[in-house]
Amino acid sequence: MNVVQSVVRHRLFWPIVALVVLVVASTLKSPTFLDITVRDGHLFGGPVDILRRSSVLLLVALGMTLVIATRGIDLSVGAVMAIAGAVALTQIAASPDPGSLATVAAAIGTALVIALLIGLFNGFLVAVVGIQPIIATLVLMTAGRGIAMLITGGNITTVTSQPYKTLASGYWLSLPVAALIAGVVFAATALVTRRTALGVLIESVGINPSASRLAGVRARTIIWTVYVVCALFACLAGFIRSADTMAADANNIGLFIELDAILAVVIGGTSLAGGKFSLTGTLVGTLVITTLTLSITILGIPANAVSLFKALVVIAVCLLQSPVVQHRMRARRRRTAPVPVEVPA
Amino acid sequence: MSTDQLTRRLRGRTPSADTTAPARRWRLDDRYLPVIGTVVVLVVMLVVAGSRYENFLTGRVMANLLINNSFLVVLAVGMTFVILTGGIDLSVGAVVALSSIVAAWMLTNGWDAVVAIPAAILTGTLIGLAVGVMVHVFEIQPFIATLAAMFLARGLCYLVAPESIPIADPTIVALARTRWGPEDGFVLTPSGLIALVVVAVAFVLLHYTRFGRTVYAIGGGEQSARLMGLPVARTKVLVYVISGTCAGLGGLLFAIFSRSGYALTGVGMELDAIAAVVIGGTLLTGGSGFVLGSVLGVLVLGLIQTAITFEGTLSSWWTKIVIGGLLLVFVVLQRLLALRRT
Repeated sequence: MNVVQSVVRHRLFWPIVALVVLVVASTLKSPTFLDITVRDGHLFGGPVDILRRSSVLLLVALGMTLVIATRGIDLSVGAVMAIAGAVALTQIAASPDPGSLATVAAAIGTALVIALLIGLFNGFLVAVVGIQPIIATLVLMTAGRGIAMLITGGNITTVTSQPYKTLASGYWLSLPVAALIAGVVFAATALVTRRTALGVLIESVGINPSASRLAGVRARTIIWTVYVVCALFACLAGFIRSADTMAADANNIGLFIELDAILAVVIGGTSLAGGKFSLTGTLVGTLVITTLTLSITILGIPANAVSLFKALVVIAVCLLQSPVVQHRMRARRRRTAPVPVEVPA
Repeated sequence: MSTDQLTRRLRGRTPSADTTAPARRWRLDDRYLPVIGTVVVLVVMLVVAGSRYENFLTGRVMANLLINNSFLVVLAVGMTFVILTGGIDLSVGAVVALSSIVAAWMLTNGWDAVVAIPAAILTGTLIGLAVGVMVHVFEIQPFIATLAAMFLARGLCYLVAPESIPIADPTIVALARTRWGPEDGFVLTPSGLIALVVVAVAFVLLHYTRFGRTVYAIGGGEQSARLMGLPVARTKVLVYVISGTCAGLGGLLFAIFSRSGYALTGVGMELDAIAAVVIGGTLLTGGSGFVLGSVLGVLVLGLIQTAITFEGTLSSWWTKIVIGGLLLVFVVLQRLLALRRT
């Protein structure tokens, strides 16, 4: 009974239930959904597809998790993705040899530097000037796509460059490169935040910046770091998304991904109030959202209705996680259990 | 902030017997500074644009500024209420689309305008109510609750009709065609009039009623407001209902403006509304700001668009960059003011 209770009470219980329901529903409708086949030495199938499609959202959501853990939010990630795609593809298109590895590496380098500057700018507004994160990043969310349009000159720049295309559709060790990039970034982030003190420092800044500063934590540097990291991850996501179509579409790359990323983080149990974060939770949240999108097409529901189902899942998960419902459920359990002692706080 | 306002008002009263009274009269209340900044920007833009382009400072251009942005004015008014309590409403753009499509669908399916128009507005009210309940009863953060409402409203749009529905209803056409005033001077349309009425009602509601003061009090400090015995629960739900209703009305105005309902209208409109409110001098932390400031904010946004159209050689994306830059200037300005106050 106790095991059941602790499982049900676990933060990730309801998100995982949602994920399982989606996968089961998809498998019932299309029995080959979970099959993994090997073709030309590459893995294919539903789960691999989910991993590949999750990569962009996971990268953005990982950065977002760290930002939210400091009680911040970054609305500019979608615009950063657009800028990253615009910078990289414009530079590749302008170079004499678009297919060479050196060109692609240089273009990626330039875009990463620009993303770094964007992260520094956001971090500066939040950490030094002290503007609320939501409005500080709204500035670039609004202006960012305009800047991306400025870079591409208002055109949708298309190029053919094999090395760059590999980012989105290539395979390595029979796994999709995009998923590998996201996986490596996830592992590195988890390692750095959980095996060093950084994670705890980030959480302490989220709970109380001035108290943690007085305790000797460099709150300002930490806040600055998370915004830079978030922008860099968004930049990587921008590469994958633009490599998918090989077109720098400044208006549509990463449109509304900030909302999906924030949803993934919240579904994963990280509170928007900061001070606590779970990277595993974010991974689960990302998988829920990606699987939801995929299942809807498999279940034959018109793609237009995606947002309706997203809303229903989000509302359900948020309501189940909300303090009021949690409290009620706990109270009901207490009533059925014969244990009389437990003083409500 | 409400207590702050009270003490300020008290302080304003007592100096009449004080020797510092004349000096004080010249000192502006800090609360008005952001709004004055907006006015300055507006005036500077009008002067620069007026001297640069012919026919800019004409009644027609100014009237169009109000008419073309009437739905945004209504949205910004609703958003002001929410932001004053320290919340945010991301659902307004989607609610605009839903309301416009509900109106269009009902009108093409034989319903009378007398039924369809209230139904469209009521759609917004209902979504606002749902958001309010989620925010208050279930303690979901406004950001997430309104985000869910945004997805919900967009999804419902596609459920009603995935394609654009043209409106041929005589009442709507009449509303869209009616113009009061001189032919090439400052004309007023029913949409513009509705927007002005909404602003007036909101102004009275916010500054001259108990409800309005409670809104400011919640933004200043929810805990304190509750301890003062103010009806926090009711007010918090009501601001989202107001914002939803305004979005519903905005959707109706948009349907009149475009004479159609379409599921993809109003994408990103919530950001325009938020930007207008911020440029209008309302603090996103809540508790400080004015409805009239938000109207000025909408006018600034509209003026940027008009000026860029007049310039002709500038591409449309400059609008976004300029709005972003202006937003930056205003938030930094607000922050400096807040620092000076403490």
